[in-house]
Amino acid sequence: MPQIDPDKAQAQYDVIVVGSGAAGGQTAYTCALEGAKVLMLEAGRNYDPEKETPMFQTNADAPLRGTSTPDKPFGFYDATIDGGWQVPGEPYTSASSEPERKFWWWRSRMLGGRTNHWGRISLRNGPYDFKPRSRDGLGFDWPLNYEDVAPYYDKVEMLIGVYGDNHGLENTPDSPRGCLQPPPAFRAAERFGQHHGKKLGLPVIPIHRAVLTEKQDPAVLPAKIHPGNPRAQRLLADSMRARQACFWATPCGRGCSIKANYQSTTVHLPPALASGNLDLISDAMAREVTIGPDGRATGVVFIDRRTGKERVVKGKVVVLAASSGETVRILLNSKSTLFPQGLANSSGLVGKYIMDTVGASLGGQIPAMENLPPHNEDGAGGNHAYVPWWLYQEQLAGKLGFARGYHIEFGGGRQMPGFGTGAGLENITRGSYGRKFKEEARRYYGSFMWFAGRGEMIPNDDSFCDLDPVVKDKWGIPALRFHWKWSEHETRQAAHMQRTFADWITAMGGKPRSQPLADGAKAIEPGGKIIHEVGGAIMGSDPRKSVTNQWCQTWDVKNLFLTDGAPFCSNADKNPTLTIMALAWRASDYLLAGLKKGDL
Amino acid sequence: MIKWVMAASAATTAGTQFSWAAAPAAPAKGYGTDPDLIKKYAAGDCWPLSLSPAEKATATVLCDTIIPADEKGPSASSLKVPDFIDEWVSAPYPGHERDRVIIRDGLAWVDAESQRRFQNEFSSLVVRQRHAICDDICHLPDAKPELRPAARFFARFRDLCASGYYTTPAGMKDIGYVGNVALEKFEGPPPEVLKKLGLA
Repeated sequence: MPQIDPDKAQAQYDVIVVGSGAAGGQTAYTCALEGAKVLMLEAGRNYDPEKETPMFQTNADAPLRGTSTPDKPFGFYDATIDGGWQVPGEPYTSASSEPERKFWWWRSRMLGGRTNHWGRISLRNGPYDFKPRSRDGLGFDWPLNYEDVAPYYDKVEMLIGVYGDNHGLENTPDSPRGCLQPPPAFRAAERFGQHHGKKLGLPVIPIHRAVLTEKQDPAVLPAKIHPGNPRAQRLLADSMRARQACFWATPCGRGCSIKANYQSTTVHLPPALASGNLDLISDAMAREVTIGPDGRATGVVFIDRRTGKERVVKGKVVVLAASSGETVRILLNSKSTLFPQGLANSSGLVGKYIMDTVGASLGGQIPAMENLPPHNEDGAGGNHAYVPWWLYQEQLAGKLGFARGYHIEFGGGRQMPGFGTGAGLENITRGSYGRKFKEEARRYYGSFMWFAGRGEMIPNDDSFCDLDPVVKDKWGIPALRFHWKWSEHETRQAAHMQRTFADWITAMGGKPRSQPLADGAKAIEPGGKIIHEVGGAIMGSDPRKSVTNQWCQTWDVKNLFLTDGAPFCSNADKNPTLTIMALAWRASDYLLAGLKKGDL
Repeated sequence: MIKWVMAASAATTAGTQFSWAAAPAAPAKGYGTDPDLIKKYAAGDCWPLSLSPAEKATATVLCDTIIPADEKGPSASSLKVPDFIDEWVSAPYPGHERDRVIIRDGLAWVDAESQRRFQNEFSSLVVRQRHAICDDICHLPDAKPELRPAARFFARFRDLCASGYYTTPAGMKDIGYVGNVALEKFEGPPPEVLKKLGLA
C-alpha cells in the first residue's frame, strides 16, 4: 500500500490514528472519507494482500507441510507477519509463574494487524450484552444501549460484507433487510449437527462471517452508508467493484487476494487512501502520546523501526487503536508532570478489567460420516453454522451455576488435508499399515468433528495489566505485565461446554476423542488464548469509575480517543471485532462533529 | 478466533524416547517470522537434511510398506514422503530433535532386526519378511514389552508418513479430498451424501 516517508509527514493532521487493524482501519476510513486529514501509524511492516496471499498453495508446498512452528504458531500460511504469542525483541511478562494465572498475548506486526488472519466471525452484541449488571448484578453496564450501536452495526455489515441471516432469537439481534449477505449452504457435518442438535435443544443457525457470498451492490450500498457525501459514495463504490465474491476455496486465515473477505488492508484502507486524506507510515512503533501545557494531546512519539530514530508527529486529535493491550501500554508509558500515573488515568483504572473469551473444546469421531462420497466442502473458508447461546431463561432462573452464556462454533468433514491427516488413527484401526491402512485412512477422513465454546468472561479485580518495573522492549519502551485469574463463572461455564459437546457427539452416534473434562479449571483455555482481549480502559458514565465516556473519548484528555477493544466494559460471548468497528465508527462520527464545531 | 482445518488432526506423539543415543542435528535456523508464502518449498530449502543414505533407504521402503501404491494412489516414496520425513527430523524447532532420535533409532532397530531375523537389510527383504517385522510393532498395545520402543517408533513414523503423503495433490486425491478449486457456487452436500446421513 502507498506509504509516506516519515520525513514527508505534514506539520499537523486533524487526526492521528495509532494502529491499522479493525479499529484503526475503521477510524481512519470514517475520518478520511468525511474529509479529515489523517495520519495512520502502524508498528509492523507494510503488507499487500493482493501480492502476498498464498491462495491455492497446498500444504505440500510449505515447509513441514504447513504445520505450526514457533515462527508461525497458526501454521505456515497464516496471515500473521512477525507476530504470534511472542514477538522477537518485544517481550511481555506475567506477574505469576502459575500457568493458570498467565495471560497469552497475540500480536501481529503488519499493516492491517490481526484482521488479516482472524476468523471473520461477526456477531452483534444483543441488548442484554450492553446491560449485564442490570440483568444479573455482576460486572458493569455500558453507558449506551443496543439501539445506540445498532445503526453502526448496520453500516459496518454493509461496508465489510457479512453473511448470515435472521432468526429472531433472544439477545441475538436480527439485521435490517439489506445489511447481510446470503448465508452459504451448510456442509454435511453442519447439517448433521443441526439435525441431531434438535434433541438437545441446540439452535443451529447460519453464523455471521465477514465474507462476500455475492458481489456488493455499488449502486445501492454506498448511498446508504454515506448519505449526503457523494465523494465518499463514489470512492466506496470503486472499492466495492474491486472486491470479488468468494470462490469457495482456500481458508480465510491466509488472507484473501481477491478481497472477498474483510481485512482492513482490502476493505478499509484502499478507499481511505484513495480519498487523498490518509497518510500511512508503517514500521512506526508508537511510544507515547505528547501533551501540551493545557493538558490536551498534541501528537505521538514513535520509533522508526528501520532507523531506530525517534520521531514526533502532531495532530488535533489522537486516536489509539493499537489493540487493547498496546493502547493501555501507550497510555501508561505517556507519563508527564500533568499525568504522573500515565495518561487519562485519573481514575487509576487504566490497565484494569482486562478480559478474554472463555474457550474450551472437544473433538468427536462420527461413524455416520465415515466413507461419505467425496464432495467439495471448502465453502467460505470458515464456519457456516453455529449455535448462539440458548439457555438465557435457565440461567436467569439460577439453574446453571454460572452467570453468562457461550456460543458454539463447530465443524468437521472433508477439509483440505493438513499435517495430521491420516495420523493418530492407531486406536481406531488397531495399527493397520499397507493397503488396509490406506482404506481406513479414506474411511475415517471426514468423520471427525470439533466443537469449541466461546463464552463471556466477567471483568474481575484480579485480571489487569501494568508496566513491568524492569523489562523493556528492544526500543527501551517498558513492557506490559499481566495479572490474570478466571472466576468460577468462567470455569463452570467451561465444564458446561464439555458436557454439552459430549452429549451432542453422543446424540450423533459418535464418540468423544478424549474424555470430557468435568473440572472446568482444566477445560478452560488460558487467558488470552482466544485472542479476544478487551478492556483495560473501560467506558462508563462516571469519570471516577471509568476511563472513557460512551464515545470512547477519555474523560481526562478531551482530544484523546480509544477506539479498539480497550473501552469494552464487558466481553459478551459474541466475538468482539464487529462491535469494535461499530463503536470506532460511532466515536469517529462524534470526534468529526467536534472537529467541525471547533470543540476539539 | 478459531483455527479451521483441524478436524482430523489430533496426531499422537510417541511419548517415550528410545534409550539408544543419536547424534544431535547440526544447529540451524527456522524460516523466521516473515517467510515468503508464495514460493514453493522443497525439503532442504529451509535447513539442511540430515538422514544418511542408508537411513533414507530404510525409510523409503518402510514408507512404501505403510503406504504402497494401489488403485487410488501412488506409493509414499513416489511422492517424496521420505524427503519430508528427513525435513521433519532435521528441523530446528522444539520437538523435532525428539522425533529425530525416535526415527533414527527406530530405523537402526528395523535394520538390525532384519539382519537378526533374515540376515539382510530391511530394504532388501521380500514383502513377507518386511511384514513379519512390521506385524510385531504396528500396534503398541499388542507389542511385546521388549518391542514397545520399536512400536512407538512405528506409530510416529506412520503418522509422519501419512501427514507427508495425504498433503500432496496425489495423496489428497487418494483420500477423497476434492476441493482447492475455484467454484461459481457452493451448493452444500450432494443428495447421495444427505441420503447416507439420513437427512434427505
